[in-house]
Amino acid sequence: MATVASNQRGTGSRLKTWWTILKISLEERFVYRGDFALGTLMRFLPIITQVFLWYAIFAASGKEKIEAYTANGVVAYYMLTMISRAFSSMPGLCSGIALQVRDGEIKKYLIQPIDLLGFLLLTRIAHKLCYYVIALIPFTFVFFLCRGFFENGWPEASVLCAYFLSLIMGFLLGFFMEASLGLVSFWFLEVTSLAFVYNLLNFFLSGHMFPLDLLPDWAAQFINLLPFQYLAYYPAAIFQGTIEPNQVWQGMALEACWLMAFIMIARIMLNRGIHRYSGFGG
Amino acid sequence: MTGYRPSYLNVFLTFARNSLVRDMSFRANFILQCISTISWTVMNIGFYLIVFQYTDSIGKETGWGRNEFFVFLATTWIINSLVQTFFMPNAQQFSELIRSGNLDFALLKPIDTQFVISFPRVDWAALSNLFVGFTLLCYSLYQLTTKAENPLIIDWRSILMYPFYIGCGTVIMYSVMITLAATSVWLGRNQTLYNFWFYITNFSRYPMEIYKVGWGMALWVFFTFIIPVLLVVNIPARIMARPLNTMNSQMWQLAGFAILATVACLMISRRIFVRALKSYRSASS
Repeated sequence: MATVASNQRGTGSRLKTWWTILKISLEERFVYRGDFALGTLMRFLPIITQVFLWYAIFAASGKEKIEAYTANGVVAYYMLTMISRAFSSMPGLCSGIALQVRDGEIKKYLIQPIDLLGFLLLTRIAHKLCYYVIALIPFTFVFFLCRGFFENGWPEASVLCAYFLSLIMGFLLGFFMEASLGLVSFWFLEVTSLAFVYNLLNFFLSGHMFPLDLLPDWAAQFINLLPFQYLAYYPAAIFQGTIEPNQVWQGMALEACWLMAFIMIARIMLNRGIHRYSGFGG
Repeated sequence: MTGYRPSYLNVFLTFARNSLVRDMSFRANFILQCISTISWTVMNIGFYLIVFQYTDSIGKETGWGRNEFFVFLATTWIINSLVQTFFMPNAQQFSELIRSGNLDFALLKPIDTQFVISFPRVDWAALSNLFVGFTLLCYSLYQLTTKAENPLIIDWRSILMYPFYIGCGTVIMYSVMITLAATSVWLGRNQTLYNFWFYITNFSRYPMEIYKVGWGMALWVFFTFIIPVLLVVNIPARIMARPLNTMNSQMWQLAGFAILATVACLMISRRIFVRALKSYRSASS
């Protein structure tokens, strides 16, 4: 009975703790805002070469459309994947966890009443929120300049809802996938090369490099079952309407399954890992 | 110190040997690095294989068909691997030297500072891309010379000019990099060096013909004459991939200009580097 009572008291104070963590992380992030905004703007530069490359490809092929895309559509696709990646990419998450395991900082989560994954998720949300607030200016600027590439204009409200949902799920999926990868460090101390392989696969299979529809059918069918596509391709495809509206929810259901699976994997790995872990020294 | 002149070649060979010893001490890591570098390249080739399923060439009537473009791609990887092997690790280290004040030690050495900054570390693993580039080059040249209609006959002048222009390209890339690195003297730190480098050199990775439409002309002029990164890959690749007698006068002029640009880039970057060193205030106590 005592535990129930303390749990109830605990929820309020736990929320307060989480709020404090979020607030501190936000303040920390806003320090370098100028540098941040400029860096974001620079990130659009490679799109320029993509524009010329794809126009050259379309001009030579003599086709109006390649698979579902017009030349403008491909450019719009690349721009949309930048938004997807703004949600799903987790710079420093995997290496951060590995570093904490290696140098023993992980101990603090064992003695303090804070959950490692919860804490990391909150700092990551703060990081992302900050990023969106600052990146909104360069993103709006570039998207406004390039609005001509979006030939179909804004999609319907229901599609937009699905789009935002897929972005948020992409964020969570990206977080738990990369956290699981970082937790491997309980078993292998060095995960840099593993992370490199992950990033490589991610770049190719998520559709960050090119629209996945361009792949031959057998490859596309296989890649559609993997979780990577939800990190870049899927939200963009929903927005552009390359996925039929009635099939959107099927994909989202698969995404939810992957998300559940990775939440469980991360949890189990953390529990097992902590039991393996031995912290020495003071 | 009068009359003392260090042997630059010997010093460089020592640097290269030291780096090799260091790389070989962590052999598994070295092999992993090679594999990851190569897989990145292979993935890139995969992307273009997909692209060429939908089109015969990059750009209409530019002559950059599949195999010609793969010569281009191979040239890109050859030049990139040279830059990444010899210069990239050092340029990254340079901004760190400035931030930490350790540049003092380099300044004190009785040898040219730009030399001692540019060459101490050789990243041997990055050289694995040279191997990939060369393999791709041989493969696509074989395809081009043995195709049924209109096979490519490789001119001996091409064989001489190709390595020469690869050298020119590498020097231009080095100059851009050392200029970017030198700016960290003024900025204090320059951690985004690699990003900037990537964004600028990104323009050099495609045939220059694709920029010659609409406002791309402005980009073409800028990256040919102001920061001549467009010449880096385009000139050697053009010389190797297609018959010399089909090269128009503009291309020959550009090839001539590339030599001039190489010398100019090297001299200008040297001046900027020396200027930067003059503004250096040590960071140690």
